[in-house]
Amino acid sequence: MQSIQQIQDQIIEEFDFFQDWSEKYQYLIDLGKNLPEFNDSNRVDSNLIKGCQSKVWLNSSFDNNIVIFEADSDAIISKGIISLLIRVFSGHTPDEIIAANIDFIEKIGLNSHLSQTRANGLLSMIKQIKIYALAYQAKN
Amino acid sequence: MLDVYKIREDFPILGKKVNNTDLIYFDNAATSQTPNQVIEVISDYYKQYNSNIHRGLHSLSADATNKYENSRTIIKNHFGASHEHEIIFTSGTTHGINIISSGLEKLISSKDELIVSEMEHHSNIVPWQMLCEKTGSKLKVIPINDDGSLNMDEYKSLLTPAVKFVFINHVSNTLGIVNPVKEIIDLAHMNNSKVLIDGAQGAAHFKINLKELDVDYYVASAHKLCGPTGVGFLYGKSELLNSLPPYQGGGEMISTVTFNKTEYADLPHKFEAGTPNIAGVIGFGAAIEYMNSIGFDNIEVYEKELLDYATENLKKIENVKIYGDVDDKISVISFNVGNHHPSDIGSILDQYGVAVRTGQHCTQPIMDHFNIPGTVRASFSFYNTKSEIDLFIDALKKASKMLG
Repeated sequence: MQSIQQIQDQIIEEFDFFQDWSEKYQYLIDLGKNLPEFNDSNRVDSNLIKGCQSKVWLNSSFDNNIVIFEADSDAIISKGIISLLIRVFSGHTPDEIIAANIDFIEKIGLNSHLSQTRANGLLSMIKQIKIYALAYQAKN
Repeated sequence: MLDVYKIREDFPILGKKVNNTDLIYFDNAATSQTPNQVIEVISDYYKQYNSNIHRGLHSLSADATNKYENSRTIIKNHFGASHEHEIIFTSGTTHGINIISSGLEKLISSKDELIVSEMEHHSNIVPWQMLCEKTGSKLKVIPINDDGSLNMDEYKSLLTPAVKFVFINHVSNTLGIVNPVKEIIDLAHMNNSKVLIDGAQGAAHFKINLKELDVDYYVASAHKLCGPTGVGFLYGKSELLNSLPPYQGGGEMISTVTFNKTEYADLPHKFEAGTPNIAGVIGFGAAIEYMNSIGFDNIEVYEKELLDYATENLKKIENVKIYGDVDDKISVISFNVGNHHPSDIGSILDQYGVAVRTGQHCTQPIMDHFNIPGTVRASFSFYNTKSEIDLFIDALKKASKMLG
């Protein structure tokens, strides 16, 4: 199992191949389209993340000290970004998630392409992921 | 006829590059850009005569007071009010609405009814909901038709004797539709109801005459018509403004203050407590003068040309759905492309330098009516060009292709 930092480094490497923003966007769109189907029963208001212009649902489960995230959005670029976040965070322990320093978003140049509204949405997603991890840590 | 390329030289921001490409600014319904003529007037205020108004005896204060009051005259003349004191400077449209809603708290009772429409901006809904909560009065809603226009038959049937006030926007910020405000006002007056028109979107695109409209209250913001942000005006008929209590207490709004009794100042000062946005007000006057130097008739004709050109070309793109596609509208187009989320379209357009607005545009009831999460809204101003529209259409096609 790769560490959160290793996964981030891998993503940064992948994005290095892209020549311009349109290739990055196209990649995010493709990731969004390939995001595993979200369970309909989890598409509830209590899973909605506040602060996004598009709707983003985030659900988590906890088993064997491992947190699994699944998410969905009605906007495809948001879905692509979520897909990266899930790849980074899902399958790790609460301690690892809480301690993670997220630097890939800046390093792949995504933040410079995100409006303040969208950047805030992204921060809300990361915050919510960490809140879930904190709750599971407390449970342990 | 206006010379758009000459006009563009007045707007320094239009030469800006975003994401390494020329800016195409199509978010004019949110805020318009500011010409040098306005920027210089504001900068001149701080460089030459920054001082507090109305009270100072020194030359600087006299200069500032004269220019501040001159803006009131410019706005009174431009909008065809009867008196200067009927023009109250505010921080913007929302502030103007709140002055009225708070003033009505003691004048409205639980037996009264108020009317808004389904196409209002949240700022012309929420203050009235709050007023209803405080007074126990009832809020009734005029529905819109499927083409986005107001359902006037419903309006007529909603106008019962209990209706004290009607609150309607002149132009829908989301759909661009121009409402038949003269008819709305006349019908309300026959019913002894008063009318407030939210002119945030109307004031910038055609000439308005408040006296001819016979409207009771009218509110607008400077930043929608080439002026600075944080300033606007509330117009009210003298007798109505006089019947309202002051909105805020403080300096400027009093004539005498003792601990036994304070006398309020006369209009307009009664509603202008504290030091106002002096530079903003002076800039607002300069903006109106600038737009008049171009001519509102010219602006109206040219913006209609842009609207028709953009509408025609948008309709050629597969799966484009335009909301509010009626004849009488200003240069605002709300649309979606297939099932693509408006924020996806907006994000990609931004990479091509095209600034549009996406989302609900503070009009959630309209989105609920059409059962959509939001729209992409392109809004044009007299400094935009057809070649910018070509680039926008081209970028939109690319965005649609990218999203698949």
